[in-house]
Parts: sequence; C-alpha cells; structure tokens
Amino acid sequence: MRLEARNVSWKAGGLAIVEEISIAVETGEFLGIIGPNGSGKSTLMGLLAGLIRPKRGEVLLEEKPIAAIDRRQLARHLALVEQLSDTTERMSARQVVELGRTTYLSLQSPWSGEDDHIVGQALGAVDMADKQDRLWHTLSGGERQRLHIARALAQQPDILLLDEPTNHLDISHQLGLLDLVCRQNLTVVAALHDLNHAAMFCDRLAVLSQGRLVTVGAPEEVLTADLLSKVFSVTASVERNDEGKVHLRYERSRG
Amino acid sequence: MSAIARILTPTGATLVALVLVVIALWFGAAIGETSIPFDVVAKAVANRLWAAGYPIAAIDEGIVWSYRLSRAVVAACCGASLALSGLVLQSLLRNPLADPYIMGISAGASTGAVAVVLLGFGAGFLSLPLGAFLGAVLAFLLVSLLASRAGKGSAAIILAGVAGSQLFNALTSFIVTKSANAEQARGIMFWLLGNLSGVRWPDVWLCLPVTLLGLIVCLLHARSLDAFAFGTRSAASLGVSVGRVYCTSIAVSAVMTATLVSLVGSIGFVGLVVPHAARLLVGTRHNRLIPVATFGGAIFMILCDVLSRVLLKGQVLPIGVVTALIGAPVFAVLLLERRAKV
Repeated sequence: MRLEARNVSWKAGGLAIVEEISIAVETGEFLGIIGPNGSGKSTLMGLLAGLIRPKRGEVLLEEKPIAAIDRRQLARHLALVEQLSDTTERMSARQVVELGRTTYLSLQSPWSGEDDHIVGQALGAVDMADKQDRLWHTLSGGERQRLHIARALAQQPDILLLDEPTNHLDISHQLGLLDLVCRQNLTVVAALHDLNHAAMFCDRLAVLSQGRLVTVGAPEEVLTADLLSKVFSVTASVERNDEGKVHLRYERSRG
Repeated sequence: MSAIARILTPTGATLVALVLVVIALWFGAAIGETSIPFDVVAKAVANRLWAAGYPIAAIDEGIVWSYRLSRAVVAACCGASLALSGLVLQSLLRNPLADPYIMGISAGASTGAVAVVLLGFGAGFLSLPLGAFLGAVLAFLLVSLLASRAGKGSAAIILAGVAGSQLFNALTSFIVTKSANAEQARGIMFWLLGNLSGVRWPDVWLCLPVTLLGLIVCLLHARSLDAFAFGTRSAASLGVSVGRVYCTSIAVSAVMTATLVSLVGSIGFVGLVVPHAARLLVGTRHNRLIPVATFGGAIFMILCDVLSRVLLKGQVLPIGVVTALIGAPVFAVLLLERRAKV
C-alpha cells in the first residue's frame, strides 16, 4: 500500500513544526526519516499515522485522504510503534500483544481461536513466545519494544510506522530490532536517530531539518559529508563497503 | 492473570456476582435495629412481588419492603455506579488516584444542595436532590469546558477538576458560614458524608435504570478501555475513536455519579478503591473488570450500609465513615498480597 503526505504543514503555538512536506512511501519499501532533534520527525510520523491532523495539506492512503477513513479501518492498514510507550497496568506480555486485535473485535466478531493464533505468531516473530506470561513491568526495554512490534504485527497492517523504535536499547537489540522489522516483508516508515543504522536498513532516506524536507533518496546518494555538516553539524567521512553501502565515520569536533 | 480470572468467563463471573448481590440484598433487608428472620424476608418479598399471601406480621412486611429493601437496592446502585465510574475514569485518565468526584461533581452537588436548603434557591420548587443534581451537572460542565480549553489529555482534565472542586467547595463553605445555624450546618455535614436513610422506592426507579444504562454503555466500551493501557495515542493507533470514547464514558460516569450524589450525598472511598480491588482480583481486562467492579461495589455498599446501622446501638453512622473504616484495611490486605505474588 502506498502512503503519501502531500504538502503537509503543522504548527504548535504559532511555531511551524512541519512545513510543506511532500513524501511518499511505496509498497514494500523501507523509508527512513532522519534529522536532528526538533527537526519534526515525530510530528511527521504522527501526521502519517493520522494521529494529528495537518493544518494544511493532506495524507493519503492509496490516494484516499486518511482523514476520511474510519479509525477502525485505518488501524487495519497502519500500525504505529512509538518510543518508550509504557503502562502501569499489570499486563502479561501476551495481553499486550492481544491489544493489536482491538480493531478486528466487536460484538458481532468476538475474540476467537484465530485471534489466539495470530497473537501466537506475532509473539513468535519477535522471539517472545517463551516469555508470553511474564508481566510487563518485569521485562527489559528491549523485550518491551519487541512486544510493541509484535502488537503492531498482530494488527496485520500493510504499513508499519516506527517512531525512533530503537531508542534506549543496547546496540545488539537496536540491530536485532531493525533486522526483525526488515524480515516482516511490510512497507515500513521509521524515524531513526542512528545514521549508520538508517544507511544499513533503509531503501530510501528522507532528511528533515527545521520542519522542512531537505532531500530524499537512496542512502548512498543522500548521506554526503556536505549534508552531514549542514544538517547535522558534524564532520564525518563517508565510506563505502563492497556492496556499495555507506558507512559514516564521525570525527571529533575541534575548537 | 490470577487464578480467579482463569476460572471465570465473563458470563460466569456475572452470574456468580448476581447471585452474591441477591444474597447481600437479603442480608440488607434482614439485619437492622429489629432483626427479621431470613425466611420472613423472603416471604415478605414474595407477598409483594406476586401476592403469595404468606401469613406474616404486617409490620415486618412493611419494614422489609418499604424501608430496608428499597434502601438496600439504592445502596447497591450507589456502590455499583461509584465503582464503575471510578474504574472508567482511572482507565481513561491513566491515573490510579482518579475517582468519580474528580470532575467536580461532588463539590458541585454540595453547593447545589446548600444553595437550595440555605439560600432558598428555586423558591420551594427545587428539592435538595434536584438542587444537588443541578449543582453537580453545572460543576461538571464547567470543568469539562475548562479541560477542553486547557488542551487535551488527562492532565488537563485532572487539573481542571481540581480547580472546579476547590471553587465549589469554597462556595459551599461560604454559604454555610454565612447562612447556616449550627443545627443546619450539622445536617448538611451529615448529608455530605453520605446518608441512605429516607430513600424509598421512587428513588430506586431513578437509580436502577441509570446504573443499568451505565453498566451497558461501559460493557460496550470494554475493548476500547483496554486499549488505553498505553495512552491515548496508542489507543488511537489501535483503531479506537479516542474522542468519542472519552466523551461517552466520562458523560455516562458523570450522570451516574451526579444522580447518586444528589440522592445520598458524596460517599467516598468506594469509587477509588473498589476498582483497584477488582484489578487485583481479576487483572486488567475490562470485560471482566467491569462486572466485578460493578457487582463488587454493590455488595460492598450493601454490607457497609448494614454495618452503619448496627455498629452503634440506636445510632446510624454516616456511610462514608463505614466504607473507609472497612474498606481501607481490606484494601491494605489486598495490596500486601499483590506484593507477595510478584
């Protein structure tokens, strides 16, 4: 499924957070959104997920404005994983994943064996099946984030939206989580902090700066020393491996 | 999930709870200053419901039917409504300290009541309950308006509720200080702490439909309420119409609370603690939590009302005192047990 933002703008307290951004993610693609803190990544994710309404412009799912799509229907196409989403409820791991089925349940279609099956598969996909009875507050950050992914998978979406999903995870869990997402064969939009991870996993990268889209393209086209200096204010040399994938080597700032 | 939650399906839990409520009502009608045997209670009810014609003393039948049973049913509705409102507000606002009065309803009701009784608002056309109801609704609307203007989210609602409650509590104190003599002030204090004496069948026909309606609406929203576990953004991305669920659920709990407060005063503790007790017993799923909290609240309140009548000979304790005196230790035990289970 194709998700497109067309000239979207969003303001908070008179301050433009996202300005005139147009971007589309194609079916099966992994689109990374990168940019420094405060560049509007999270707001753009919120707009794409339909959680906030653009002040101007619109977001389209298969050419249909998502503002016109029923929340329930939308949740069957788009699933969102946020950074550090927490609860004080004493829920088991499995119960958290079961929430993903909310959109399919109603009086006419109550919880069924099929729902159990889908939840079981989602738990298996993130390698948490053996911990399904553990209580949420006894799980580590990495395990919790994997459960959020499983919950999103249980929504059986076409498109997965990830808002800085690897924050606060150690390096092996960061790589593991992104690898896990890649293996699901879904269309993915992810706001990412680590540029090397973005280069490693994404098909295309969109670079935001001060609420505007600077450029969008394949990682090896986008990530240049010039852009890193201008947008991220860092000095880095860009290296390429044998497969043509880029890798950034940051340099210590002097002075 | 606790053992109880595993054994009981939602339907099973509801049936068990209904039976327990009937038993509690039976107790409520039998026990009081003059004890009436359980079989006499059953016969009195049978006589009234389908003219069974059991030969029992007319005075016993009168006490059971006209005083105690109506009182016990109102107590049950009251406990159920307060527990249900507390549960819904705690889940929606994701705040364990939320209770049915968080939107200023009890403060508004007290202002309405003293305005009618002491200032003579409504020139005799408004009764105390109606004045209290209007005060509660007014306070609720003001708090809702403030909350919606102050931005979205639970913090705005809670803070608007604090502001509204303080304002109306101050107004009540102001009116009482300015206009009441000692006798009136004592009467109002007593009413504010909760008082079930004087409720009759017409009150039942007001409370019971409101409580049942509230229960049905909440049950229909059970899945949506589950989805709020990780906050409103998460609920929205799970497919819940957050605005609609917020408005319906909060309005329903406000109507339930305002109705009950205007009849029996603001009984504390039940709406705050029964939902937590229900969570400790059956976990976090609202299709189980809603029936357990509702019926648990009903049973708890009937028993507290019985105790309020028998604890001090020849004197009725304010029921709010009993709910807290009994409820706090029970809740403490549940908390300690939960710690042991981790």
